[in-house]
Amino acid sequence: MAAIELSEVRKVYAGGVEAVKGVSLTIPDGAFCVLVGPSGCGKSTLLRMVAGLESISGGTVRIGGRVVNDLEPASRDIAMVFQNYALYPHMTVRQNLEYGLKNRRTPKEEIARRVEEAARILEIGQYLDRRPGQLSGGQRQRVAMGRAIVREPAAFLFDEPLSNLDAKLRVTMRAEIRRLQRRLKTTSLYVTHDQLEAMTLADQLVVLNAGRIEQAGSPMAIYEKPASLFVATFIGSPAMNLVPLDGPGASPLATLAGPGKAKQTLGIRPEHMRLLEGGAGVRADEIVLDLSVSGVEVVGAESYVTGRLANSGPEIAVRVPGYSHLEPGASVKAAAPLGAFHRFDAESGRRLELA
Amino acid sequence: MPKAAFPNKILPYLLLAPQVLVTLVFFYWPASQALYQSVLKEDAFGLKTEFVGLSNFSAILSNPNYLSSLQTTLIFSVSTALLAMAPALLLATAAEKVVRGKGFYRTLMIWPYAVAPAVAGLLWLFMFNPTMGTFAYMLRAYGVAWDPLLKGDQAMLLVVVAAAWKQISYNFLFFVAALQSIPRSLVEAAAIDGAGSTKRFWTIVFPLIAPTSFFLLVVNTVYAFFDTFGIIDAVTAGGPARATETLVYKVYIDGFVNLDLGGSAAQSVILMAIVIALTAIQFRYVERKVHYA
Ligand SMILES: Nc1ncnc2c1ncn2[C@@H]1O[C@H](COP(=O)(O)OP(=O)(O)O)[C@@H](O)[C@H]1O
Ligand SMILES: [Mg+2]
Repeated sequence: MAAIELSEVRKVYAGGVEAVKGVSLTIPDGAFCVLVGPSGCGKSTLLRMVAGLESISGGTVRIGGRVVNDLEPASRDIAMVFQNYALYPHMTVRQNLEYGLKNRRTPKEEIARRVEEAARILEIGQYLDRRPGQLSGGQRQRVAMGRAIVREPAAFLFDEPLSNLDAKLRVTMRAEIRRLQRRLKTTSLYVTHDQLEAMTLADQLVVLNAGRIEQAGSPMAIYEKPASLFVATFIGSPAMNLVPLDGPGASPLATLAGPGKAKQTLGIRPEHMRLLEGGAGVRADEIVLDLSVSGVEVVGAESYVTGRLANSGPEIAVRVPGYSHLEPGASVKAAAPLGAFHRFDAESGRRLELA
Repeated sequence: MPKAAFPNKILPYLLLAPQVLVTLVFFYWPASQALYQSVLKEDAFGLKTEFVGLSNFSAILSNPNYLSSLQTTLIFSVSTALLAMAPALLLATAAEKVVRGKGFYRTLMIWPYAVAPAVAGLLWLFMFNPTMGTFAYMLRAYGVAWDPLLKGDQAMLLVVVAAAWKQISYNFLFFVAALQSIPRSLVEAAAIDGAGSTKRFWTIVFPLIAPTSFFLLVVNTVYAFFDTFGIIDAVTAGGPARATETLVYKVYIDGFVNLDLGGSAAQSVILMAIVIALTAIQFRYVERKVHYA
């Protein structure tokens, strides 16, 4: 059990690429922290620096209060689950689980007990004598988790552990990882590019962009108050609609402009809007936008109607319950509550709060 | 695989013809000659030949010289194979760690392979020649009684080193490829699992390159058996006192120097059987290539 503290951590690769540009972050003991960001933003690099697989160019990493910058991976008391599982192909599942314990000269009975327990928790008991090559993707994933939990480390590190699984299995394994972490209460740092995975897993969500932390907080806090245009469009699917206030079609929104002379961009999520169909009335706190429909995406339980604002403005997506029969080219009106809009400085991308 | 269709019925045969011809002329014809000769006995002047059945074979197999040559060959081949593989593996693991100039380092390592066997032999002969070799001089300066022209074990050492030396390049290439095919995350996982670098090598890397090592063991043994005539001829000519006379070299000595054509042919037939066996092992192995993932 241990907190992980990063302070001003930097990474410059030999070629001169600055992959991580000063990251400070504290993951409390027992928390599940998810690091999310687009591919190439430095997530793996950061994780690998915590693991000790990559040298730290600047700043300090503490695990359980101890500075680990110069410690070997083996001495950091962490376990890692890799994207490709990294199971030892020439060893049986049992040998894979035992390997780390044997290297640490754990007593035989203790090894047997831990392997037994991990096999029970992960339901891999019947595969213990198989090789990884004889297992399915989901089973390998479980073994990889098993190899991490038998070690009973101070922290788990995960690098996109679910991205090699098919969509359905990914959802099941996601829930399972969450349940397992709640049960073991081991501090975890989990890296993914999938915002849905990030939202559903995290106690603490960290959005990383180009080597810097864009925003950190609880998933709902980030969803409700994205700190920047980047976070606003990265978290949530489909992405938040953006309307530059000085662009075409923005005139009905002019009243929403905040104080100050800065150029502003407004944002509104598709799920906060509704279409005015069949004579539905407009409430006093709503603004009405004219859209010309450009496409309809039917998901099943709901549909997303996309339309251009005032013919030449930006594309706006609106969530509609059930099946939408709208055809491209149709004109519709969409209503959005005033309080649901987000304001951003168009130049810096930072969130603007109304005083 | 889709079948390629030739518009012309004769063209495919024409295209195959040169290869078939070469195989016929340079393999099947000599091989059948050897088989034929091995059951004949010819007198030293080549005037009379008579059919003797398998007596050439029984003569060879009961000849102590032949059996000691077989032993020499085994010692020579195994030593050469091991000496050609161990440094290659060591260099290949070192090459993995090179960050800058990887390509240059690898190219350097490959060059020796381009040297012809006889030239390689001469090179080593000159370096270790007891009267004029630089290294021989240095060895003597350190108090080693170096004289491979008189001492059998030293002669053996010299041909083994000369034969192994140029194979290192070939083995190096295979080991580099094998090491590269091991996912880096496996080694990293082992490091997190508390294995030091030596332990990682013996418990993870070495077992994973075992298929390549086995393949190379067969290839190098075959090489040492059959492809080292030039080196032995150049360095020791089988001497001193037959200490480096391998089976292949003995075929040449008995046939062309001692003019015992029947005995020499019978020896080649035995060698042919050995090649066929070794090749079969190799093919079987290649087909049942160990797949882990
Ligand atoms: N070993 C390396 N050498 C040089 N640059 C690297 C290395 N590994 C990653 N990078 C670069 O660092 C940046 C971040 O990479 P990475 O941490 O793998 O991103 P992510 O995991 O978020 O996709 C990328 O621009 C990548 O090209
Ligand atoms: Mg990555």
